[in-house]
Amino acid sequence: MSKELIRLRDLVMEFDGERILDSINLYINDHEFLTLLGPSGCGKTTTLRLIGGFLKATSGEVLFDGQEIGDVPPYKRQVNTVFQRYALFPHLDVFDNIAFGLRVAKVPKAEINERVHEMLGIVGLRGYENRRIDALSGGQQQRVAIARALVNRPKVLLLDEPLGALDLRLRKDMQNELKRIQQALGITFVYVTHDQEEALSMSDTVVVMDKGRIQQIGKPEDIYNEPKNAFVADFIGESNILDGVMLEDYKVRFFGRTFQCVDKGFERNEPVDVVIRPEDIDIVPASEGHLVGTVTAITFKGLNYDIIVEFRGFKWLIQSTDHCAVGSTIGIRLNPEDIHIMHKSEYSGMFGDYSSYSAEYDELTEDAGDEEE
Amino acid sequence: MKKNNAILLSTPYILWMLAFTLIPLGVVAYYAVTDPVTGAFTLDNLAQLRLYMPVLGRSVGYSIVSAIICLLLGYPVAYYIAHRGKVAQKMLYMLVMLPMCMSFLLRTLAWKGLLDDTGIINNFLGLLGLPTLRMVRTPGAVIMGMVYNYLPYMILPLYSTIVKIDRRLIEAAEDLGCTPVQVFQKVTLPLSMPGIFTGITMVFVPAVSTFYISQKLGSADTSLIGDVIERFFKGNNMNLGAALSLVLMVLVFVCTGIMNRFGDDEEGGVVV
Repeated sequence: MSKELIRLRDLVMEFDGERILDSINLYINDHEFLTLLGPSGCGKTTTLRLIGGFLKATSGEVLFDGQEIGDVPPYKRQVNTVFQRYALFPHLDVFDNIAFGLRVAKVPKAEINERVHEMLGIVGLRGYENRRIDALSGGQQQRVAIARALVNRPKVLLLDEPLGALDLRLRKDMQNELKRIQQALGITFVYVTHDQEEALSMSDTVVVMDKGRIQQIGKPEDIYNEPKNAFVADFIGESNILDGVMLEDYKVRFFGRTFQCVDKGFERNEPVDVVIRPEDIDIVPASEGHLVGTVTAITFKGLNYDIIVEFRGFKWLIQSTDHCAVGSTIGIRLNPEDIHIMHKSEYSGMFGDYSSYSAEYDELTEDAGDEEE
Repeated sequence: MKKNNAILLSTPYILWMLAFTLIPLGVVAYYAVTDPVTGAFTLDNLAQLRLYMPVLGRSVGYSIVSAIICLLLGYPVAYYIAHRGKVAQKMLYMLVMLPMCMSFLLRTLAWKGLLDDTGIINNFLGLLGLPTLRMVRTPGAVIMGMVYNYLPYMILPLYSTIVKIDRRLIEAAEDLGCTPVQVFQKVTLPLSMPGIFTGITMVFVPAVSTFYISQKLGSADTSLIGDVIERFFKGNNMNLGAALSLVLMVLVFVCTGIMNRFGDDEEGGVVV
């Protein structure tokens, strides 16, 4: 296991009496790809800026390699940042932008040349040395920004929504490229995004944040399969979230029925949130179903249909490759491993109901908008 | 249709320019190359101008010195204002503008009152039993007057350039290892260049053709090209005055041309 590189201890950040970060505790290992994921205003960019040294925490510590660096100015930190919308120097060309950090560090000219050219190769911009910044496309500017940071061989690269301004196709390409660069150079990446898919596909570790607090830390699979509360379950992927009661270990009751599940460690008869992922639900003929409901809407999504089914006034989202006619009655089966149990939290009852399907669904899949400054 | 409208709307201005700028310019050029008595074509007026080259040189020299002093005084002020909060920025901006609300003549006369041999400063020195200073009628007083009058024209373009520099570029430079001094050298200063060039032009152009300041604060030894031109026109030697004006105009055009070239395509432009 690689060693710990950065640790945030009880970080609190307040602006004008408003609490932006509420006791953040987090460690980041060397060579790790860690993503801070959350909606607009959750504090993820603030956390990143505290690591970069652009902000000073109201209280708490930032440790780098065991050293407290809360008072160390940005130019003395061994981290480099890829800024939101790049912040490239408009008065310098591509080469001079990338060489900026090396020149400040008084690296010999020959070495600067060599390293900048090597970097241009890595980001695929050979031949663009003397281009003006405003003559580059968004994707190319993005690459220059990454090269400008990486050429300094930082121990940690901080990336603040680096792909936010790119179109979908380019974003996918750059995701793969970033991952490749990170693995090739063995540098720790701390990545900020509000795009859950991006977070899941790129990261070793995902930190889900909301309202200035860390909601869950884990591997992408764990975050998806074992969300800790209704917020995480809803923010990462799609979830039907129901009220249930944990009767005993491996037994949960909801919708007037008792189901086998794989969770344990709850109090007897503890009220819980039950998460059922839309793609885990099997559609069967009504006579064979654990539950029987009526199809109220169906939308073709390409890979699958999104089907809204009403069970006793509660609407579920089911994703299936099978078509079901609106108005038809269907049954569903739930296997024990399809049911995930969570403790009740402040988020209980706020998410996971598809009664207002179209509006909510669109809102969730759309970008959550620009990150807070 | 749209194009026609644009032409229609700009007609008053075009007529205005024609009547009060282009035609007079033609008249100036005509006078510059005609004999005062016979009205025949001649280059004598232009040939005589070499007598006034020292005065022209002095005008240019004083203006360059004032532009440099304005830059050195104005840049820190502009930088300071640009880095204050929104409300403070507005207040300070107003303060910079404030002297411009008073008459140019009044401001210059006030300086005369301050610097005069029996002026406020010398009276004060006398009260303290100190020897009085000869301040008025020196080159320093003239340059002082120029700096005082034209400083806002330096600060305002500088301020508007500096305030537009993206805060994240500063952070990016810090992130890449720049100390605050290096951030200034490598980012802030290069990005303020358009404002610097505009500011220098805005100070230099009115300063080089001024005449009132040197009359009130200077002496015969500090008379400027503007004074000479005024004298010619008052003394009924319009032809020589016109020739001198023409040369001054060419000089100003060349200077602004050079500044515009340096200032690149940035906004703010240069008003002649």
